[in-house]
Amino acid sequence: MNRREFIVGTSALGGAALLGACSASSTTMVAGRILGASAAAGHRLRTGNIPPVSEEISCESVILGGGIAGLAAARRLKKHAVSDFLILELEAEVGGNAQSGKNEVSAYPWGAHYLPIPSAESVEVIELLEELGLVIGRNADGAPLYDEYALCSDPMERLFVNGAWQEGLIPRLDVPPEELKQIDAFLARMDFFRSQRGADGRRAFVLPIDRSSQDEKFLSLDRITMSAFLQREGFTAEALRWYVDYCCRDDYGAGIEEISAWAGIHYFAARNARAGNASSHAVLTWPEGNGWLVERLRQPAREQIRTRSLVCRVETSDTGVVVDYLDLVRERTIRVHAKAAICALPRFVAVHLIQGPEAKNVGSRDLVYSPWMVANVTVRDWPRQHDAPLSWDNVFRRSRSLGYVNATHQNLNSHLMDTVLTYYQPLDEAAPPAAREAALARDHASWTKQILQDLALAHPTLAPQVERIDIWLWGHAMIRPVPGFIWGETRRRMQAPLGRLTFAHSDMSGISVFEEAYTRGVNAADVVLAQLRRSGA
Amino acid sequence: MSDRGVKFLLLASVFAVATCGLIYELICGTLASYLLGDSVTQFSTVIGVYLFAMGIGSFLSRYVQGNVLHLFIRLEFLIGLIGGSAAALLFLLFAEVSSFRVLLYGLIVVVGTLVGLEIPLMLRILKGRLEFKDLVSKVFTFDYIGALAASLLFPLLLVPHLGLVRSGFLFGLINAAVGLCAVELLRSELGGVAYLRLSGWSCIALLLAGFAGSTRIMAWSEKSTYVDEVIYAHSSPYQRVVLTRSREDLRLYLNANLQFSSRDEYRYHEALVHAGLARLPRAKRVLILGGGDGLAAREVLRYPQIEHITLVDLDASVTKLFSQQARLAELNAHSLTSPKLEVINADAFIWLRDHREVFDFIVADFPDPSNFSVGKLYTTAFFDLVRAALARDGAFVVQCTSPYVARRSFWCVDETLRAVGFLTQPYHVYVPSFGEWGYILASHRPLSDDWHLPSNLRYLTPQSVRAMFEFPPDMGPVPTEINRLNNQALVRYFEEEWAHYVH
Repeated sequence: MNRREFIVGTSALGGAALLGACSASSTTMVAGRILGASAAAGHRLRTGNIPPVSEEISCESVILGGGIAGLAAARRLKKHAVSDFLILELEAEVGGNAQSGKNEVSAYPWGAHYLPIPSAESVEVIELLEELGLVIGRNADGAPLYDEYALCSDPMERLFVNGAWQEGLIPRLDVPPEELKQIDAFLARMDFFRSQRGADGRRAFVLPIDRSSQDEKFLSLDRITMSAFLQREGFTAEALRWYVDYCCRDDYGAGIEEISAWAGIHYFAARNARAGNASSHAVLTWPEGNGWLVERLRQPAREQIRTRSLVCRVETSDTGVVVDYLDLVRERTIRVHAKAAICALPRFVAVHLIQGPEAKNVGSRDLVYSPWMVANVTVRDWPRQHDAPLSWDNVFRRSRSLGYVNATHQNLNSHLMDTVLTYYQPLDEAAPPAAREAALARDHASWTKQILQDLALAHPTLAPQVERIDIWLWGHAMIRPVPGFIWGETRRRMQAPLGRLTFAHSDMSGISVFEEAYTRGVNAADVVLAQLRRSGA
Repeated sequence: MSDRGVKFLLLASVFAVATCGLIYELICGTLASYLLGDSVTQFSTVIGVYLFAMGIGSFLSRYVQGNVLHLFIRLEFLIGLIGGSAAALLFLLFAEVSSFRVLLYGLIVVVGTLVGLEIPLMLRILKGRLEFKDLVSKVFTFDYIGALAASLLFPLLLVPHLGLVRSGFLFGLINAAVGLCAVELLRSELGGVAYLRLSGWSCIALLLAGFAGSTRIMAWSEKSTYVDEVIYAHSSPYQRVVLTRSREDLRLYLNANLQFSSRDEYRYHEALVHAGLARLPRAKRVLILGGGDGLAAREVLRYPQIEHITLVDLDASVTKLFSQQARLAELNAHSLTSPKLEVINADAFIWLRDHREVFDFIVADFPDPSNFSVGKLYTTAFFDLVRAALARDGAFVVQCTSPYVARRSFWCVDETLRAVGFLTQPYHVYVPSFGEWGYILASHRPLSDDWHLPSNLRYLTPQSVRAMFEFPPDMGPVPTEINRLNNQALVRYFEEEWAHYVH
């Protein structure tokens, strides 16, 4: 899954299915509440409860959605000295899936919480990291040197299995030798894929995804499930299948039975970063997760951002775009006339807003989004342990959750006292619509009980230390790369602009990661910049 | 009960009382030599003062009027309570009071005086029941047998199996029990029996609580961790601080890792400080990171030109212990209370990041990198901050484990220091309680080769200081990774290397 990058541009209607979730909170043994995307506001679109347009303004361009793609586009426009634009964001805060929170103990992520150091193909992201000062120089070989404080500190990962912790997430402890051999063979296979190039000379698996080789021998892997691929290749060991399933759920919110083999292999084979002061698997992280990046992307565009703004209608033509949005604070509907626009909304929302018959060409009702539950667990007086030190990412082998990430991991203090654990669970027990409905029906006490029981697997004495648990339900957290989606017809159709409306969202990539959203935002802004130049702006 | 039975039990209580009395004396003597060192002096003075106090008690017994038996019983309860908890009191207050000797000898005088009252009162109680020659003969016989029992029990059974604190409470219980037996046997001769019973049982309850709680007072399990007697143990929010003592040797352990032995710590600290500071005649401002024991500061203060020392140590309980406790302050020559020194209780990493002062000499005297928390203090990120805080002509020294036992760990620190741009000069010294120990001097520019060593050093000489920089082949450089926050290579080397070493 990649909690790291759960990127949906804005949660706009994302929360439609989460109707009422945000207000549902209950008092239980452990304090806390359930949060979520602004479902009630999104719901007004369906009921048609929108006041008539009462104000008309015009600007050069408008960005719909303030997630990573929207913010990336804004940054790009600003860099080219374009300031006459608006970013319309439904929520009170921008950031989409990379939003974060903060309490007196620590800042913490509500979704995406890390960014792997980028491979050479991720040109736009590398440039961003250089500009943000995260790349502090290059070594003699030209490999980037990353800010040591942002690189995830050691110890990074640990796995709880049969009553004990092992370092790292690849199962080693208590794994029979035969299965260990399979695990090593699988990893070697993934290394092989990492170095593979197709007939077109491109690497087989690349981030951004559209820079991958189009060689049919790789693309055909998109037509089977990851599970079928493992079966076909003789990777049957239980420990290995658990690990690959865990990785897929971590990045895509669904396991090996659901996602395509191409996407599953991409998780392992795409990244081949080089760094002068870190391993190629290193990641950048902060207490607030990718909220740190959001804040830096937000700063230059803070004048243009309009939060609590519900986009309700988009009309596009070859000469411009007209966008109606409801200012939820003033209860006024405003019409914006722009020469160009970027739709950085998830596509399942966008198809409802775009007027005209062409709208159905840009999306489809069969897009599958994975629902998630993320909980931030505030812990006082973390029990001193003498066995395995608390790591950044802490996973339980026998659990449907993905474990927890320690928000204070990057702190320099040598002694941990209080902390916030960000607990992740993709809701993939049932098909997404049923899972969403089931999640909404649960109250805070029910989630809390489940989370504490799960944590007790590895930490039987932790419960009295838990001060509060806040929960965020993501109804449409991330696009799910089911077989046939990434290299199929639907995604291909999602790429093309519609008149002066250009699209930018990670769901157009089929995988929900920062690199995809950011790159799409930048590229969409380049299209808009060209359009504005042509219009003589 | 027959008169014969009463007489027998009274004499048995002489035995018990005598045993208890001597046990208290032995506990005080042992504690004094543990806590203050110099066992011959401590035992002599403790025994002398105790016997003298017993004399005072005997003398005072003449003023005792009224129901002698009643008074004797109350005396037993009082001795049980004070004598029984004396050891616990001394341990608990060792770190809290600045004049430990006043407390120690005060307690000895009180207990001694009370014990001194016992035998004269017992003689008076038995007076009517025995002939004078029998009385004297039997009482003193039991008294001396009790002394023999105590002197054998104490080293053979009590100290090894119960420890001082529990033994104290146990014998306090015996004293109180003697008092309660007397209440029951002789209640016909007593008034206010209910009051005596209540006081007796209250004493027993208190002492039992002390006995049960002594696990906490002295962390029973630690007896197996440490070779020597634990004389102070405290869990601060950051670490377990333990002091142990054997004969003339005082040792400090943090999280069960030896920090110093008073027998040879001067070798470690002279090498730590003088190898660098003796080459910086113009140094005025010094920063000590860690080193809450004040021993590195003691060496720095030998240079009269030093104007200011900033000592940043995480644990206030350690700096407080070493600045206020007389015996420990004596060891660091009261460096922590020097007007030149400022103690800051903060995390060294955070403090360095948040301050922009510059220092001529910086000492990193942290515990060994045995875990990820401490490992951070040996990373490129941390050394970068040190670099920024070091004057152009200054020097930085870091203690870094044994180049003999943990060769890769040692050279990993060197590699890391060089990676951030320091010039380095590794060196080592033999510290008997540690073994071969290593340090690295780091600087922006080459350091002078003239050492101006302070006088009165116990180990370093102009010749030996130069020899420290020579590395024999078995400790010589080996290639290693650079220790970074994101790989903690050093902690991994350290774990591996010390795991193979039984110490």
